[in-house]
Amino acid sequence: MSSIEASQTAQAASLQTAAAEARRAKHIERAGAQDRIATFVLTAIVAFVMLLVVSMVAYILYQGIGMLFHPGFLTEASRANGTQGGVAYQLFDSFYMLFLTLVISVPISLGGAVFLVEYAPDGPITKIASTAIETLSSLPSIVVGMFGFLVFSVNLGWKYSIISGAVALTMFNIPILVRVIQQALEDVPQSQRDACLAMGLTRWEATIHVLIPAAMPAIVTGIVLSAGRVFGEAAALLFTSGMSSPVRLNFLSLNFSSPTCAWNVFRPGESLAVHIYKIYGEGSPQAQEIVWGTAALLMVCVLMFNIAARVVGKMLAKRMTAE
Amino acid sequence: MFEYNCSRRQFLGLAGGVAAVAGLGLAGCGNSAAPAEGSADAASTLAGEVTYDGASSFQALVEAAAEKFMDQNPDVSVSGSGNGSGTGLTAVAAGTVTIGNSDVFAEEKLEAADAEKLVDHEVAVVGMGPVVSKNVTVDDLTLEQLKGIFSGAITNWSEVGGEDAKIVVLNRKAGSGTRATFEAAVFAGEENTFKGDAELDKSGDVQTQIAATDNAISYLDFSHFDDTKFNAIKVGGVEPKSENVFDNSFPIWATEHMYCAKDADEATKAFLEFMLSSDVQESLVEEQGFIPVSEMKVKKDASGKVSNL
Amino acid sequence: MASHLPKRDLEKVGMGVTGACVVLVTLVVCALIFMVAQKGLSSFFKDGVDVVGFFTGTAWDLHNTDANGMPFTGALPLIVTSFAVMVLSTAIALPIAIGSAIFAVEIQPKFGQKVFQPLIELLVGIPSVVFGLIGFYVIVGAMKAIFHVPTGLGILPGSLVLAIMILPTITTLAIDALRAVPDSYRQGSLALGYTRWQTIWHVVLRSAAPSLMTAVILGMTRAFGETLAVRMVIGGIETMPNGLLDAASTITTTLTTSMAVYADGSVQNDVLWSLALMLMGMSLIFILIIHLIGKKGGDRA
Repeated sequence: MSSIEASQTAQAASLQTAAAEARRAKHIERAGAQDRIATFVLTAIVAFVMLLVVSMVAYILYQGIGMLFHPGFLTEASRANGTQGGVAYQLFDSFYMLFLTLVISVPISLGGAVFLVEYAPDGPITKIASTAIETLSSLPSIVVGMFGFLVFSVNLGWKYSIISGAVALTMFNIPILVRVIQQALEDVPQSQRDACLAMGLTRWEATIHVLIPAAMPAIVTGIVLSAGRVFGEAAALLFTSGMSSPVRLNFLSLNFSSPTCAWNVFRPGESLAVHIYKIYGEGSPQAQEIVWGTAALLMVCVLMFNIAARVVGKMLAKRMTAE
Repeated sequence: MFEYNCSRRQFLGLAGGVAAVAGLGLAGCGNSAAPAEGSADAASTLAGEVTYDGASSFQALVEAAAEKFMDQNPDVSVSGSGNGSGTGLTAVAAGTVTIGNSDVFAEEKLEAADAEKLVDHEVAVVGMGPVVSKNVTVDDLTLEQLKGIFSGAITNWSEVGGEDAKIVVLNRKAGSGTRATFEAAVFAGEENTFKGDAELDKSGDVQTQIAATDNAISYLDFSHFDDTKFNAIKVGGVEPKSENVFDNSFPIWATEHMYCAKDADEATKAFLEFMLSSDVQESLVEEQGFIPVSEMKVKKDASGKVSNL
Repeated sequence: MASHLPKRDLEKVGMGVTGACVVLVTLVVCALIFMVAQKGLSSFFKDGVDVVGFFTGTAWDLHNTDANGMPFTGALPLIVTSFAVMVLSTAIALPIAIGSAIFAVEIQPKFGQKVFQPLIELLVGIPSVVFGLIGFYVIVGAMKAIFHVPTGLGILPGSLVLAIMILPTITTLAIDALRAVPDSYRQGSLALGYTRWQTIWHVVLRSAAPSLMTAVILGMTRAFGETLAVRMVIGGIETMPNGLLDAASTITTTLTTSMAVYADGSVQNDVLWSLALMLMGMSLIFILIIHLIGKKGGDRA
């Protein structure tokens, strides 16, 4: 009786283990299949994204590259509200505004970042300041543009002008730069700071002579990358620098108050990105060629900023380590 | 540990360069700021900056005239854009531009106090008419039918003698003078809350969209008509032609106004005088598809009332 | 330079100069917030626009006025469209972004770092008007061909354009988040016999969840505030949208097209500032959420 029972139990047990074994095998198989499917899906997604990026860039260049070599496109002023002629002044205005923006925003951002990292790493000031900077960075650019319009163009009487646009772009650029420089300074090893202080340098001297030079490659890369972002910004400029460049500019004039002087910061100006927004809907074949040409030009500039950022960063790093 | 160490001289050089560039830039700003106030020196040659914004319908005319004007006065810069009559009027009242171009009277758009500070210059007249997609067979609509379509009461082309297809209404944005003129003629002051299938920013956008869309209707000024892309249709049996505007037999038209502030600078005043001179009125205006004010046998006042001259 | 100064003074100069930069930026931000708030609130307090009506009314028409001479200021259609576009674009971009981040970190790390990441960073650099341009010519055309709609403008093309725009934002941040997960977690999980996918799903994603949430919210912030690219494909009709292929208008696109039309100080202009105030409020809320997530994640770790 008991032996039968025992054998039955044993049988049942072995059956159970067999069933469990089978279940486990099935489970592993299912997990393996899941793994393969997931890998396949993920690969497909990445292939799709890469195809998307490549085809977008290729499409823009395909549509617009011909125009870039069209005689006059890069050297003539635009006519007929942008639907004829070239984009020479828009190109100049874009770079000029970018230059002014960097002249204003780099020193401020550098100072701000140094203060936040070196002088007040913790405490209420840092907290308030970083919250302010974070707020600025998350504001929609149209709000920055509206603020710029109200304060600079209307209240300060700068009207639609290059300088209004540059200051609005500065507000857009500072949070990006502060964060990049802060990161770069924080990445400098603590031991370098300690060494400087131990040698009797003040924090200021340590920052100027050791920390900023050490962080320079990352800072320069960050500045150039942010320049690419500023270069393509349009919404903040619609109401500040305006939607038109003067019809005739004189690049040789040094009379900074003349409205035809290219370097006059109080004349209206139009960036390439704003130009695209202005004429995208115009249906004439010529206007469409111009709009795609402008887009390709903008893309080429942004690509150049991207490449320049990498190259310059690497070069600086190499030169500094070589010494 | 000092793996990123660069020589002090090198760094100072770099920093000095940046500082020099910054200094130059700031000096440039300083230079330009100081004399900006008294730029119009008393010499015989006219100098200054004229900026305009406003109606996209006759921007081409202003731009063509500006080219001529700058040939004669090389030290004057005339530039601007066409962001709609409402924008232009607001900008000239606020002083962000020196000239506001508008299809409508300033009194219709601005507060009375602001409108009073502006001086009107009527530079041309232009007719505006309904346009339809190439595939639409209807070629004549009465004002009553247009009212039905643009108020959303008529939604199918078959209701106005066309094929059985839904009408796609393309509107301009609310600040547009073309829209204001069109609605003033069609709705005669009645309120209209229907917005249609899209609201577009500029006359050029309307040209593009209506060419690319089937069964659509919109409105444009005569100078933007383009037979190859869309059809301009008759209103109450009258062809949309300039001759029919002279005596108001084609009822949808607007006077093109250029407003400046009462205390406008010399360059702005000179440019506006040039717009009214025979140089522009007798050649450019008609070349660009507009009607010289002198041709008109009737006139419209700010309330939209038409009277014989 | 200033090296002949006594050391303590030098330190003071340094602190003063850099501190001034921080104060300047902080003051500008405060001025901005104050001005937007003041302008935005004046429509309610000075002009007497109905607050409840502003958030719940469905009639938006600044051009016409009602019997009391007030424009129609029901902003609900704009709010609904803004949220619809944001949610839809995030829903489209999210699986693609997280999926490609997983691939780039877990499955082909070398390829991810050398090829995929530079490529996706290229997408960050493309200006928004260029996205809009492609949307206007390619996506809108595709909408017309696929759905047989008359204009092809509307919420769906707007969301698609935005989805492509926020894709790199979410992807790069998600890659950072996944990289930050310690390798020991993965090794432990694999040693227990989990497959790679199970490890990713149950261990890596779970422990990176707070950072991934932050990535998504930053993407949503960008989608909510984007202006011109959306304006180019959405049609610009300020009425309550009935479907995804109906022309509509977001808060930002209404600001772009109407802002310059109305004079400073008019009711219409003040109401537009109220919209700007709402945009600013939303971005502050997004920041707050990110901070809360950060805190929670920190507590758990």
